[in-house]
Amino acid sequence: MAEKKRGAQSVLLQNRPRVLSFASMAGPKEAEGPLAGTFDETFTDDTLGEKSWERGEAKMLEHTVDLALSKARVYADAVDAFLGGDLLNQIVSASYTARQLGAPFLGLYGACSTMAESLLLGALLVDGGYADRVVCATCSHFATAERQYRFPLELGNQRTPTAQWTVTGAGATLLGRGEAKGLPLRLTAATIGRVVDKQQTDINNMGAAMAPAAADTLLAHLRDLHRSVQDYDLIVTGDLGCVGYDLMCLLCEQKGVSLDERYIDCGCEVFSPEQDVHAGGSGCGCSACCLNGWLFRRMLSGEIRRLLFLATGALMSTTTSQQGESIPAIAHAVTLEVEEG
Amino acid sequence: MMYAKVFLVGGLICAAGQLLLLYTNLTSARILVAFVTAGVVLTALGLYEPLVEWAGAGATVPLTGFGYSLATGAREAVEESGLLGALTGGVTATAAGIAAAIVFGYLASVLFTPHTKR
Amino acid sequence: MRTLHREKTPEAREYDELVQRVSPRSSAGSTALALVKAFGVGGLICCVGQAIHDLGAGPLGLDDKAVSAFTSTALIFLSALLTGLGLYDRIGKFAGAGSIVPITGFANSVVSPAMEFKREGYVLGVGAKMFVVAGPVLVYGITASVLYGVIYYVIRLVQGG
Repeated sequence: MAEKKRGAQSVLLQNRPRVLSFASMAGPKEAEGPLAGTFDETFTDDTLGEKSWERGEAKMLEHTVDLALSKARVYADAVDAFLGGDLLNQIVSASYTARQLGAPFLGLYGACSTMAESLLLGALLVDGGYADRVVCATCSHFATAERQYRFPLELGNQRTPTAQWTVTGAGATLLGRGEAKGLPLRLTAATIGRVVDKQQTDINNMGAAMAPAAADTLLAHLRDLHRSVQDYDLIVTGDLGCVGYDLMCLLCEQKGVSLDERYIDCGCEVFSPEQDVHAGGSGCGCSACCLNGWLFRRMLSGEIRRLLFLATGALMSTTTSQQGESIPAIAHAVTLEVEEG
Repeated sequence: MMYAKVFLVGGLICAAGQLLLLYTNLTSARILVAFVTAGVVLTALGLYEPLVEWAGAGATVPLTGFGYSLATGAREAVEESGLLGALTGGVTATAAGIAAAIVFGYLASVLFTPHTKR
Repeated sequence: MRTLHREKTPEAREYDELVQRVSPRSSAGSTALALVKAFGVGGLICCVGQAIHDLGAGPLGLDDKAVSAFTSTALIFLSALLTGLGLYDRIGKFAGAGSIVPITGFANSVVSPAMEFKREGYVLGVGAKMFVVAGPVLVYGITASVLYGVIYYVIRLVQGG
C-alpha cells in the first residue's frame, strides 16, 4: 500500500507543504457583504473595464494570481505548475489566465469544488517532490454563470427561495515545499471525494444536491484518519447555502456525528440576509475568496489553528439537466494547520 | 368603469400566473407557453371572446390575448379562404406584434448593453 | 438504451423528504403578498394597454384591427425601452407573473436575449439567440392556432357550410 495513503480516500502530507502566499478579489455585491475588508481587492465595475463579462472574469483571475505571486516575490517562470479551473465551458477563465501566466498548466473541472481540488493536487505535487511552487486558483462570476446556466440578465423573472447567488470573486494560493520560507500555514492531510448522487434534479436547489457529497467526504475523512469533529477548530464547506447547511448537519447527525458550532459554510457567510440572495452564495469563487482572505487571515491571527476546508461541486451540465438527468455532486477536503517556524 | 374591469381581469390573469410560479416548478418561458396555448384553446371553445368584450385590454394584453388573436385570426381566415386560412390566419393577425418584438429587440441590442443584476 | 429517467431508489426518496423538510417554504403572508403584487402590476400594465387602445380608437381614429396592432406595438416598444434601460428585470423581480404574463413580458423575453448575445455578434448572437426564451411561445401558439383552423374548417365542412 502507498505509504502516505490512509484508509480508502485520504492521504497524509508528510512533508507538510506550506502556503507561501494567498490573494483574493471580489465584486461589488461581495464588497457590500459581511466579509468586506477581507479581500485584497474589490471592484465596482463587474466587467473590470473589459468588453465582455467573460473577459472580465479572466482578468479577475489573472490579477488574483499575479497578486499572490507578487506577495511572495515569486516570478511566473519560477512556478512549476498552475492548477486551476472555473465554471465556464472549457474552463476558459483558467485557460486564459494560464496563457498570460506562461507556467505549466493543468486545467481542472470540479465545479465549485475546484479550490479544494486544486489545493489537494497542488499539495500532492509538492509533497511528492514533483514541484517546488504550485499556484492553485479558481474564480466565478455572477453574470457569466447566469448567462451560461440560467437566463439572460435583463429577463424579468423571479428567483426561487432555494436559489443561490453566484459569487463574483477569485482566490489564489501559492504552495511551496515545507522547508521553504513562507507563512505559518501548512497543508497536512487531504481526502479525495467520491461522486455522490441522491437523484436530485432541481437546479435551483444546489445545496440539496451537494450536501450528501459533503457529508460523504467528511465522514470518510474522519474515518480514514481516525479523527473526530473535535480535532478541528473549524470545518468549512464551500457553497452549500442555508438549505445545504441544514441538510449537511442532519446527514452527519444520522451517522452519529454532531457538527455543532464548529461548522460553517462560505455560502452562508459571504452575503448577509439583507442582500436578498435567497439561500446564500455559490460558485467556485465563493469558497476561493473566503479561504484566501477571511479564513487564512483568521488562521494567521491564531483564532483557528486547524481547519478542514471542504469545497463542494455540482457536476451537471445544462444539457444533461434538460434531459432529466440528476445532479452528481462531489466534495474534496484538505486540512490546513497553523504551524510556527 | 371600463378601467376597473381592465384592471380586475388583467390582474386576475396575472395572479393565476403567479400561482403557477409559486406552486409549480415552471420557469417563465413555460408559463408564457401555457398562457398562449390556453388562450387559443379558450377562444376555440368560445369562452374567451365574452371576456374580451367585457374587459377589453384586461383580456387582450395578457398572453392569453395573444392566443385569442391567433385563434380568431385563424378562424376568420378559414371563413374567407378555406383550409389555407388555417395556416395564414394566426400569423397574419399577430404579425404586427411579432415584427415589433423582432425590430425593437434588434434596436435595443444595438443601442443598449445588458446590466448585471443587483 | 439506458434511460436517463431512473426510478428513484428508496434511499433517494428518503432524502427527498429530508430536503422537503429543510427547504424554505413561502409563508401564507409572503404568498399573498406575491399574488397582490402580480395582480396590481399586471392590472396596471393592462390599464396602460387600455389607455393606448382608447388613444388609437378615439383621437387617432383607427379601425378595430389597426387599434389592436397599434396597442401591441406600443406596449412592445415600451417594454423594449424599459428592458434596454435595465428596468424591466427589476419590475419582474417585484411583480413576478404580473410582468411576465402581459405581452410586455413576451417582449422582454425577446429583447433581453437579443441584448445579452450582442457580444457574440449580430448574426449568430443577436439573430440566432433572440428567440431562445420566447421561441416556444410562437411555436406552440402558432401551432395551436393552425390546429384550431383545421378543426374549424372540418366542422364547417361537416355542417355543410
